[in-house]
Amino acid sequence: MSAQVDNILETVGVTKQFGGLTAVNDVSFAIPRKSIVSIIGPNGAGKTTFFNILTGLYKPTTGKITFDGANITGGRPDKIMALGVARTFQNIRMFGTMSALENVMVGQHARMKAGLFGSILRTPRVRREERQVREKAAEMLEYVGLAKRYHDQLAINLSYGDQRRVEIARALASDPKLLLLDEPTAGMNPQESDNLTRFMQTLRDERGLSILLIEHDMKVVMGVSENITVLDHGEKIAEGGPEEVRNNPHVVEAYLGKQASQEVGG
Amino acid sequence: MTTAAAPPAEAAKAPRTRFRAPELSPRQNLVVAVAVIGFAIILPLFLDSGGNVMNNLVLAAAYVVMALGLNIIVGFAGLLDLGYVAFFAIGAYVMGYFGSGFWSNAGGGEGVHFLVGGPVENLPGIHFNFLIVLVLAVIATTIAGIIIGLPTLRLRGDYIAIVTLAFGEIIGRIAINGDEIKLFGGTLTAGRQGITPVDKVDLPFFERFQSLNLRPWYWLALAMVVLVLFVNFRLRDSRLGRAWIALREDEVAAASMGVPLVKTKLLAYGTGAAFGGMSGAFLASYLNTVNADQFQFAFSIFILAMIILGGLGSIWGVVLGAVVLSAINNYFIPDVFNDVPSKIGLDFDLTELSFGIFGFLLVIMMILRPEGLLPQRRRQLELEEGVGAEDAIEAKL
Repeated sequence: MSAQVDNILETVGVTKQFGGLTAVNDVSFAIPRKSIVSIIGPNGAGKTTFFNILTGLYKPTTGKITFDGANITGGRPDKIMALGVARTFQNIRMFGTMSALENVMVGQHARMKAGLFGSILRTPRVRREERQVREKAAEMLEYVGLAKRYHDQLAINLSYGDQRRVEIARALASDPKLLLLDEPTAGMNPQESDNLTRFMQTLRDERGLSILLIEHDMKVVMGVSENITVLDHGEKIAEGGPEEVRNNPHVVEAYLGKQASQEVGG
Repeated sequence: MTTAAAPPAEAAKAPRTRFRAPELSPRQNLVVAVAVIGFAIILPLFLDSGGNVMNNLVLAAAYVVMALGLNIIVGFAGLLDLGYVAFFAIGAYVMGYFGSGFWSNAGGGEGVHFLVGGPVENLPGIHFNFLIVLVLAVIATTIAGIIIGLPTLRLRGDYIAIVTLAFGEIIGRIAINGDEIKLFGGTLTAGRQGITPVDKVDLPFFERFQSLNLRPWYWLALAMVVLVLFVNFRLRDSRLGRAWIALREDEVAAASMGVPLVKTKLLAYGTGAAFGGMSGAFLASYLNTVNADQFQFAFSIFILAMIILGGLGSIWGVVLGAVVLSAINNYFIPDVFNDVPSKIGLDFDLTELSFGIFGFLLVIMMILRPEGLLPQRRRQLELEEGVGAEDAIEAKL
């Protein structure tokens, strides 16, 4: 939030109300460029709602969101995606009857130009674009570690872990500047979680990506995040580095309940 | 032991067949296309050029065009459109407006003629060359498709079906009652009386088509089928086709992956509608009438049933489904089995039961082969040794 830091994304006072329910309340936060930032909080704290606001699936009731200098408040999801915000979903959302490769090709939709008539006539330009997109999709799948023999497999037939991989490849295929991962380690064993942690660091270091992570696995969160924001009942209750957040009494209280936290503290 | 294991293994396999059929490689596909179309081209040479079979072939080809159009909307993009008859109607009325004596006052009673020859030249009314009418029909239905698409953009699934159904009904009602709406010294439609006669197709370099020689009609319809097939295949394997399928699979994920929902949906509606209009204009000329009674809700269901019978989203399946249903509707029910009720001592006409028969066939299909006759062939690869093998092992345990 401080002016001297180069932020890829900033939100100011973002609030989302569903009828009388305030799911996200006055949240201001920022993601410094090329950093990994996490949002944690108990179930129902508004983390995913906040994600959906950032990616344009929900329009915030009030507040402002700036991405890479552009105001994206209330923008359309596909436009926000085209600007460079890609995401994965908490419950994997594959295009089930498409192959892994095709899934990743869809991820490049915003980077392609072919229109209706170009596609029908299949002009040399369209043909070339199609080939490049296909090659890039294969490249991305290999990058996330999906074995070549699964590339043409229907997404619905892939194992859970492979579906997660394809989803990340699909998001990466659009060359995003910011990657939003919604509980990527859900359903993973510790070994796989470790791999993912390293993978996120590789993405940041090799590709210069900024990553925003929603995660319940504290080992992953504490291991990878430079900055952690804690939401509870839609409000930001704490913010800071891993150590800072871990020892914050509000955070302990949100997770364990007031009485328990006093017992721990006392 | 092995015999005991066999039934569960098969039971485990059954539901997967929906995703199994191997996709034809582009080359195989081309071979199939050339073979099928080649056969279709020479077929009429063995048939009576004015006969009943020929007539049914022309109708079947026209229905294939419509079914392929609807397949883009329902099969590819997953937007359940129950009002497809509207595009048939609009295409047919464009033909009626620009290729008949309907506007008898046009050009001061002399008629307006544009690139037409032969006997039509001196008739009153508006008479345009068929190719121009075809283009106008495509433009009109594309616009209509987008207009019907707009109110459904915020809707999903069943609600889209309701809105499109209403749209089809509205167009049908307008067609029926249009003879009371005064417009440009005439009426909007000719209602149940119908606009007739309609100009026969008149193509450059060809003689004007005649009602007794059906071969040219058939070949023209076949040419439209080939065009529409080509467009279907090209679009399916393109950026737009992938976007449609992504949309069908998961709208939220598609939008988050950069697929603009509004544009992509409207393109599906527009493209699908255009083919309906094309076929509609052709049918108006072929049937020699534009009659409001043709444009009933049942027709939308008829076309939709073709797609479901053949396999939603599967291009060859839709072709097959359209040919089969068209044959049942126009040939088997009225000509082959029509005297069955009287033979067994019942007094009714089998054609009155045709929708009952379709319904029965669809139910049977849903039980035996819910994925359609030729299901959408998406890539298979390694299913047997991959997931399939695991299931088989599980089944054996």
